[in-house]
Amino acid sequence: MTDLEAFRQEIRAWLEENCPPEMREPVRDDDDVCWGGRNFTFKNAAQKLWLDRCVAKGYTVPDWPKAYGGAGMTPAEAKIWREEMVRINARPPLSSFGIWMLGPALLKFGTEEQKVHYLGQIARGEIRWCQGYSEPGSGSDLVSLQTFGEDKGDHWVVNGQKIWTSYANKADWIFCLVRTDKTNKYQGISFLLFDMTSPGVTTKPIKLISGSSPFCETFFDNVKVPKDQIVGQLNRGWDVAKYLLGHEREMISATGGADRAGSLGATLGRNGALEDPVLRAQVALFDVDALAFTAMSEKFMDEVKVGKGHPAFPNLMKYAGTELNKARHELLMSAGGSTALEWESEETDGGALPRAWLRTKANSIEGGTSEVMLNVVSKRILELPGA
Amino acid sequence: MPLYLNEDQAMLADTVTGFLADEGSIKKQLRHYRDMNCKDGFGHALWKQFAEMGLTGMLAAEADGGLGMGHVEAGVVLKEIGRNLTPSPFLTTSVMGVTALSEASADLKGRYLPGVIAGDAVLAVAIDEGAKHRPERIAARAERSGNGFRLSGRKDFVVQGASADAIIVAARTSGSDSDADGITLFAVPRDAAGVGHNSVRLVDSAMASHVTFDNVELDGSAVIGEVDGGRALLNKVLAAGRLGAAAEQTGVASGAFDITTAYLKTRKQFGQLIGEFQALQHRAAHLYSEIEIADATVMKAQQLLDAGSEKAELMVAVAKAKAGKAASLAVREGVQMHGGVGMTDEFDIGLYMKRDRALAEFLGDQYYHAQKVAELSGY
Repeated sequence: MTDLEAFRQEIRAWLEENCPPEMREPVRDDDDVCWGGRNFTFKNAAQKLWLDRCVAKGYTVPDWPKAYGGAGMTPAEAKIWREEMVRINARPPLSSFGIWMLGPALLKFGTEEQKVHYLGQIARGEIRWCQGYSEPGSGSDLVSLQTFGEDKGDHWVVNGQKIWTSYANKADWIFCLVRTDKTNKYQGISFLLFDMTSPGVTTKPIKLISGSSPFCETFFDNVKVPKDQIVGQLNRGWDVAKYLLGHEREMISATGGADRAGSLGATLGRNGALEDPVLRAQVALFDVDALAFTAMSEKFMDEVKVGKGHPAFPNLMKYAGTELNKARHELLMSAGGSTALEWESEETDGGALPRAWLRTKANSIEGGTSEVMLNVVSKRILELPGA
Repeated sequence: MPLYLNEDQAMLADTVTGFLADEGSIKKQLRHYRDMNCKDGFGHALWKQFAEMGLTGMLAAEADGGLGMGHVEAGVVLKEIGRNLTPSPFLTTSVMGVTALSEASADLKGRYLPGVIAGDAVLAVAIDEGAKHRPERIAARAERSGNGFRLSGRKDFVVQGASADAIIVAARTSGSDSDADGITLFAVPRDAAGVGHNSVRLVDSAMASHVTFDNVELDGSAVIGEVDGGRALLNKVLAAGRLGAAAEQTGVASGAFDITTAYLKTRKQFGQLIGEFQALQHRAAHLYSEIEIADATVMKAQQLLDAGSEKAELMVAVAKAKAGKAASLAVREGVQMHGGVGMTDEFDIGLYMKRDRALAEFLGDQYYHAQKVAELSGY
């Protein structure tokens, strides 16, 4: 048996032993997700048990170094971990922007002290983070952001407003892009970390067309941020942000393909929704695209692992993956007919289908619009001329 | 297995890319043989060079004098054939023909494989009956006669049929036209009595035959594989051919895309390069994305087919459909973005459009294969 096969057996046995049956049920809504943090209420004992067991082994962040709360898995081992999780339909023990976004930034740009302190908190699910990027006047043109941190010697005083801050009202801390030099557009932004309970921080949820409110407006009124709460160098926060955006796009692009196993038509066909031959044909053409994108995702991940591929490729993945997901939900709505219109009924799980359909419309907006992705691909990969 | 070329495959790609960019170029091959109204539609000298490079027998088993390579390697060659629009019997002979012969008797292999591997012989494959690819229905019949068979019927779209040393024919030896069983593959020699060719030039300058078989006497040794049990072998030949055509289409798409983006970087209107216009940039970026996805899909299907995976059949259908979709978009956008010169024979982009059209139809278009995806997925 090779080392990797032995590793797989070990993981499989551990999961069999330790993953509670309730944590092998599909995630139905946001309530089923374990976000961690100071104020998190576990939905049931199994959710807490699953988190505690994984934290003890470093499995909430399997590929982070052990010193920072991870399990120190190699990429090949981490892939096995994911595959074995999928095999038994195990829920992630912990989901958070700390794991997906701040963690990778700290691993690359953080000081040793920051890594030990913040990464450990993230791995244990103690602190729930939110991301302060977009502003009302700075969406696609993020670098024009205006939130300002005034230098007061040993701290900054931050004033301004962020928007589309995911779960800001539930987060404990924020990682935030703040202008620290008004004379330099790109090299005048710093990447600051601060506590959401700091005096002067307020949040206001935004109600979306899907009826849910995962995003907030976040206001900063003379918020004091100590000088050691900066990641990377002063005025070089844009480097950190760009690195993180790459991560975010990879993450979002993954939602279009690989983790949606099987064909759409197979699901709909079982429900008898494909009697209309024209709709059936559209679904078949969609399945061609979906299965093709699954192969693309696999190739992309394989290339990332060995450092192959163009650094701007995640933009392409994000574009293709999110457009595909929107197309999928359009077809789900068509197949659902008038049942798919029901916004509030028990039979439809509280209008899950139309709410999810509307939610997908944000896929090609958040984390960089499809149009911005196409700009990046045409400039950086195709090297087409112009500004 | 990771989804990119391994070291050996990358080396093969390097060699083949250089070889075909030079010897297989549009000017040296496609335009040359087209303009001289070549009756074969391809050059025998280049076919001989393919043999010298070891490409003609790459899929044949080592025991049969070949290299024992797989569909990933064949795809590397086909992609470059597509990129250069090289007229070549490689797909029908070295991919489909050799796949069919892999299950032939030693006698039959001995009759054809050495010639193929040496670059002296060419094979054609006769499957379609009618204008659309519908291999589920085969009406051409071979009746038992003495120690052999008597073959009658008609086959269409037999690419390079009139130039072939042998035509591999899928015929019915029992049952009715739409039965899955009762199919037998035959290797029909060029000089067999009763074989009639109506050879026509296609839109991409290739030659294809409407072949009639009028009581063609074949002895038992012409049978490839099992009598009546040929459907599985036919499907194997089809999978190899479809995936090969898909690989060639990704090459066509890449070639068309490259000359189009080069044009966007040189053509000026309104005092600026047309590649500066966002309307064109976004379309080019979308097209690039589609081509990359098609590429990944084709490679995934090649790996699955080489591994003998049960998922190969589905992924081959996805690959042929997706490559067809991407290549079609590439040539349509290519012609449009070239503007007026895209309509001229002098510029190559129109040649890409023509080849894509022929490849799209070969062994099933994207609609046929989307239908197949639906069927294989159980809806």
